[in-house]
Amino acid sequence: MTETASYDLQCLGVSKNYGAVRAVRDVSFDIPNGSFFSILGPSGCGKTTLMRMIAGFEEPSAGDIRIKDRSVLNTPPNRRNVKMVFQHLALFPMMNVYENIAYGLRCNRMSKAEIERRVSDVLARIELPDVADREIHQLSGGQKQRIAIARCMVLDPDVLLLDEPLGALDLKLREAMKIELKLLQHQFNTTFIYITHDQSEALVMSDYVAIMNAGRFEQIGTPQELYHKPKTAFVAGFVGDANRWPCRVVEAFGTTLRVETEIGLPLTGVACGRNPPMQAGAHGELFVRPEFIRAERVRTDGSPERAGPLNVIPGIIDSQLFNGAKSRVLVRGPQGMRIEADVTLTGGEEDLRPGEKVELSWPAEQTRCFAAAGSATGADPGAEPA
Amino acid sequence: MSARKSPSLMLIGYRLYIAAFFVFLAAPLVAAGTFAFNDSLFPSLPWQGFTLDWFFSATEPKLGMFHDRRLLSGLYYSFVIATCVSALSVFVGTCNAFLFVRHYFPGKNALYVVMILPLVIPGVILGIALLVLASTIANSLEQATGIELSFLRPGIVLVVLGQFSFIVTIASLVIVARLRKFDMAMEEAALNLGASRARVLATVTLPYLRPAMIAAGIVGFLVSFENFNTTLFLVGSEAPLTVIMYDRMVKVGSTPVLNAVSLVLMLGSGVLALVSILVQRDRSPS
Amino acid sequence: MRSQRDIRRLSLFLLLAPFALWIVLLVALPQLGMLFLSLREKIAPRVYEYGFANYVSFAGEPIYWNTLLRTATMSLLVTALALVIGFPVAYYIAKIAGRRSRGALFLLILIPLWVSDLIRAFGWILLLRETGVVSSLLQWSGLVSGGIEFLYTDATVVVGLVYTVILFMIVPLVSTLDGMDEAMIEAGYNLGGNGFTVLRRIIIPYAMPGIVSGCIVTFMLTAGSYLTPILLGGKNSSWFTAQIYDQFITRYNWEAGATFGVLLLAFTSVVVWIGLKLSGQSLSTTVARS
Repeated sequence: MTETASYDLQCLGVSKNYGAVRAVRDVSFDIPNGSFFSILGPSGCGKTTLMRMIAGFEEPSAGDIRIKDRSVLNTPPNRRNVKMVFQHLALFPMMNVYENIAYGLRCNRMSKAEIERRVSDVLARIELPDVADREIHQLSGGQKQRIAIARCMVLDPDVLLLDEPLGALDLKLREAMKIELKLLQHQFNTTFIYITHDQSEALVMSDYVAIMNAGRFEQIGTPQELYHKPKTAFVAGFVGDANRWPCRVVEAFGTTLRVETEIGLPLTGVACGRNPPMQAGAHGELFVRPEFIRAERVRTDGSPERAGPLNVIPGIIDSQLFNGAKSRVLVRGPQGMRIEADVTLTGGEEDLRPGEKVELSWPAEQTRCFAAAGSATGADPGAEPA
Repeated sequence: MSARKSPSLMLIGYRLYIAAFFVFLAAPLVAAGTFAFNDSLFPSLPWQGFTLDWFFSATEPKLGMFHDRRLLSGLYYSFVIATCVSALSVFVGTCNAFLFVRHYFPGKNALYVVMILPLVIPGVILGIALLVLASTIANSLEQATGIELSFLRPGIVLVVLGQFSFIVTIASLVIVARLRKFDMAMEEAALNLGASRARVLATVTLPYLRPAMIAAGIVGFLVSFENFNTTLFLVGSEAPLTVIMYDRMVKVGSTPVLNAVSLVLMLGSGVLALVSILVQRDRSPS
Repeated sequence: MRSQRDIRRLSLFLLLAPFALWIVLLVALPQLGMLFLSLREKIAPRVYEYGFANYVSFAGEPIYWNTLLRTATMSLLVTALALVIGFPVAYYIAKIAGRRSRGALFLLILIPLWVSDLIRAFGWILLLRETGVVSSLLQWSGLVSGGIEFLYTDATVVVGLVYTVILFMIVPLVSTLDGMDEAMIEAGYNLGGNGFTVLRRIIIPYAMPGIVSGCIVTFMLTAGSYLTPILLGGKNSSWFTAQIYDQFITRYNWEAGATFGVLLLAFTSVVVWIGLKLSGQSLSTTVARS
């Protein structure tokens, strides 16, 4: 990002240890103004700890946190202009909607008239102008969500933190809220930092996503970059679905690799990751997304010609996993190796059925090979160059 | 239980049993209440006709409870004692709740059991033990220095302390249960919105605890009001109502004025108990 | 943030202070004082000797320890009766009654909980004495010719005590049974249990904390009760608390009274402790929850 840009939030080498447990390790990132930034990771990866440090509920063991270019390490949580939407929202049940939203303004000793003006203004912006006098328990799940955001936004924060706020909602509402959150962020034009373990939430809403694992950031990028250009095996496995096979490199031509899977199946792939180029004999792991694998009936008249280097293997359909447009087949390959491939199931005669022999093919450049040792877990901090 | 085997007969039997139980539960209370309206000098059958004299009459022999000075002074002392005990218990109970829910310190679990202990010490023992200690201190102090500390002698202060010593356990348990259900995120949310710690306590945590504090206060008040066992040993000249009623029952022989007092007490405690149950009910069915 | 930690320490100290004052001054020291007094014997005015003389004289006087034994057995009997009578009621309220009647029935249980022992006993006196309601009704119906005195028998004392304490048994039972999932009972039947095995294997183990809690409180209240035995059993009801009162107030023999107090406390503590051990519960899982 450009040298003149000022950042809403910067973390510089932030770490947090609880005794011997290293919850967050040397995390650094900057978030440009007004973006939707997600931190995505499995539970226990340290993302909540990181967020609580930004909000000021925890102190970092090392590193610096800057908001609008000013360090906030010595600012107590009630003086930081970082507001937070909690996992279970933490709306105050003994106050009504108006009092909930006015709470922060009252803490700032604002005049009554001004508070009233701002509350009705923010209620209008979240399109709930008439709920001011309602009690919290009278609201629906989606309305509570928006009130929790309004309660923060009325204070005009530099950064809004959201800690998995959609977790408690049912599936349909969650889908609707994803879009709504994105729209709200555009409307307020404030930086949102969104914490989640649900990749579809992160991918759909965010401008940038950081993948966090075992206390550290694996990769930061746009959703497309993470999906199509994963830099580590963890990211390749965590974001989206992938077939995963351990393998051994037979020959290396630059980044193009000829590899053999555990069962001796020869395939062509590309070397990925930040590590030095893989050499012949190195052990690695292959990732192939199901949507790049074509499954076709074996024809007696031979396969049609295809362009580019391809991996082709035979298989037998084990079962059909029908899920509308996202349908899939489970294929048993050579020596019982299992492969998932996306297919279109129309309900007609053409559909693949269990027991049928098929040929699976996918391009070599969609066969990503990552070095095996430690990279999947990122457990060894010394091995990875910054 | 095995009602589903032969539902009708078993269930009818079961229901009859429950009905009989509630008759058993109500009978003495109804008897105690009803005779307050009997126009007779003795609280027993035959029924002599309806009267309100035992409440309002100002003349002997049917001196009504609202003109009976002894009874009224007992009511007053009971009220004073119960108010003090209830206020003290809610205060210390709230402190205990924060101590045991929010803080970690060595020996916490053992001390929690110690907190419950007064509830399993017979009230008589609490009474005499406090009496012994207070008298011992007062006696030795008087011998050594000649100073007489009258509050260490049987009287209203000792009664309050004696009742408080176990009622505070009840109050603590009620408030602890509520504070345990408190979502810490609410305090963090308030801090995050810019409130100071004192403001968080005053605007979020204490309002959340309020139903439990009210309920604990009411229960403390009721338990104090009806207490006899602990009070008996600590009472001085300012006898509370239960002690006066007991004296009448045993020494003077009862007249229906005791029924009148009983009825008023039952109604009062019933209403208060109802209030304490209602305030504890959560408004939001979450 | 150092100050943060200091604030926490200060608040811990401030919260610990009332707790410590209460426990030390109003609970621990008085009990120790009582124990101390029980070990003292007056041999001449202002001359005391320390030893177990009070306990020895207690053991040498059959009236005293008979009273203790009598109080103990009757308390256990009352506790058992309260459990047997109360459990079906609690089960009905928690599991059988319809949604609406459940709340009403529970209210009917909760509200008289706070009526004084004195009024309860008074009610029974009015019902059961020679000129009382029951006796009058029996005469009126022609079943008996003269008035019958129901008071001053052991049976009356037991009935009165069960009556006084049974609500303290039912309330914890209802709250534990209330938390039990209906599906557990249905699964019990579904897996082939009959009514008895379901009760024994599923319902009672589940209700154990409530049962233990109810029994402890009930036993405690019975053994320590004073009014009900005196009023329904008369002056000669031989109840242990009456002995304590007698020593303290009538005879002004505090040393003996304290000895009796220590014995009563020791006795109830042992019973409560055995109850907890046998059921594998602790005070904080039982009494604290009701």
